[in-house]
Amino acid sequence: MPTPPASSLNSGLRINFSGVEKRYGMRMALREISLEVAAGECVALVGHNGSGKTTLLKMAAQLSRPSRGKITFYSGDGVISSDDVKRRIGMVAHHTLVYDELTAEENLVFFAKLFRLPEPVTRARQALVPVGLSRRADDLVRTFSRGMRQRLAIARALLASPGLLLLDEPAAGLDPEGQQWLGATLSALHDSGCTILMSTHGRNETQGSVTRAIRLESGKITHDSGAGGDPNAVLVMSTAQDSEEGNAS
Amino acid sequence: MSLAQSTGVILAKELKTEFRSRELLGTTLVFVLIIIVLFSFTFNPTASESRRFGPGLLWLAFLFAGSLMLQPSFLREQANDTLSALRLAPIDPFSILAAKMAANFLFLLLVEVILLPVFAVLYNIAILPVLPQLVLVLALGTVGLATTGTVFSAVAAQARLRELLLPLLLLPVLAPVLIASTEATIGILRDPSELSLVWLTFLVAFDVMFLTTAWLVGEYLLEE
Repeated sequence: MPTPPASSLNSGLRINFSGVEKRYGMRMALREISLEVAAGECVALVGHNGSGKTTLLKMAAQLSRPSRGKITFYSGDGVISSDDVKRRIGMVAHHTLVYDELTAEENLVFFAKLFRLPEPVTRARQALVPVGLSRRADDLVRTFSRGMRQRLAIARALLASPGLLLLDEPAAGLDPEGQQWLGATLSALHDSGCTILMSTHGRNETQGSVTRAIRLESGKITHDSGAGGDPNAVLVMSTAQDSEEGNAS
Repeated sequence: MSLAQSTGVILAKELKTEFRSRELLGTTLVFVLIIIVLFSFTFNPTASESRRFGPGLLWLAFLFAGSLMLQPSFLREQANDTLSALRLAPIDPFSILAAKMAANFLFLLLVEVILLPVFAVLYNIAILPVLPQLVLVLALGTVGLATTGTVFSAVAAQARLRELLLPLLLLPVLAPVLIASTEATIGILRDPSELSLVWLTFLVAFDVMFLTTAWLVGEYLLEE
């Protein structure tokens, strides 16, 4: 398996959610979220479907505005602007966020140009190496398997060396080898100081570098292991609760 | 990244994906050809009737082409949620709309340029002597069509029954463009030919108004 990508060039971002709520019509997706994620933390968001994990990640990515409350981003001690935040966010979402009609390399070159990265073609080729897609660089994405698409999605998210990595079920579609690679990649990114916020179901290889776990239920934070706490307690409890609910239904 | 640069990058991607598959261009071209041929057979117009009614039928065909071609503009971005990928990039959100408008303008203009000779033959209208004026009206009318259509395509893409919604939203709003373009084209094809400044000004005003509105509300249009 190829080695994880080079360390994040950017230092990690600190995020502060202050009284954040999100409403879709009559439905409250998030309620009174007040949360501080320190730079360099690797936070796992756990909870069953519809608990608000994806909504929280979308708001951190500035894809969705809070109905109430405020999200502030800091680099070092200073607040950074929305444009600077975008430059430093990488996201792996439910969908792959890549174009089926373009090749793997064309996709990455396109996004490298949008992020104004120097030498976009070289950057794109380099990004395909760690995800093991160099040989398929010139193939259309629509010919890729689910796992290969997910690897490309991860390469796209890491392309601009983000200071904040947002991952929504990043292990979805990856085989055990791919999950292992992802776990190693996240560890490398975490070691380099990148802040990681990821939603996850159950325990898998990606949770090796988790430093904090937060459980969401019906849009509210019900458990938080805290910045210096043991995330495993929340992860184990969450897995047990989810499997109990799964058995009951 | 400047608005022009990011618009250029996204426009290049739009052109590459469409010219690679040619799905949209091919389908629209065949559809509009059928409409123009059917109109011709149904009315069987004389030379003077062609000059009077032909432009209306031509612009109606272009309008149908627009409603067919503009639909997938944002629907294509939904398959893998690539619209979110574009919104994650550190670019002016209007550049996403601007690139789509420019791409739709070019695609529609291409269809129109291919259809124009067919129209001239079927309706027995000499277009070569008035080609520059005709191209000017085509361009202005198509800017209106592409601008408005792209904005409504972004709105409709997020709704249920999106396939039905776009024509319902688009056709009434585009009625002024249809009227102005048709009247300007009738003037150009009339004997002696006359380029109506009133209708040209109207088209320019419509284009500027919708482009400005799109620029002002672009960011909100693309939000969930």
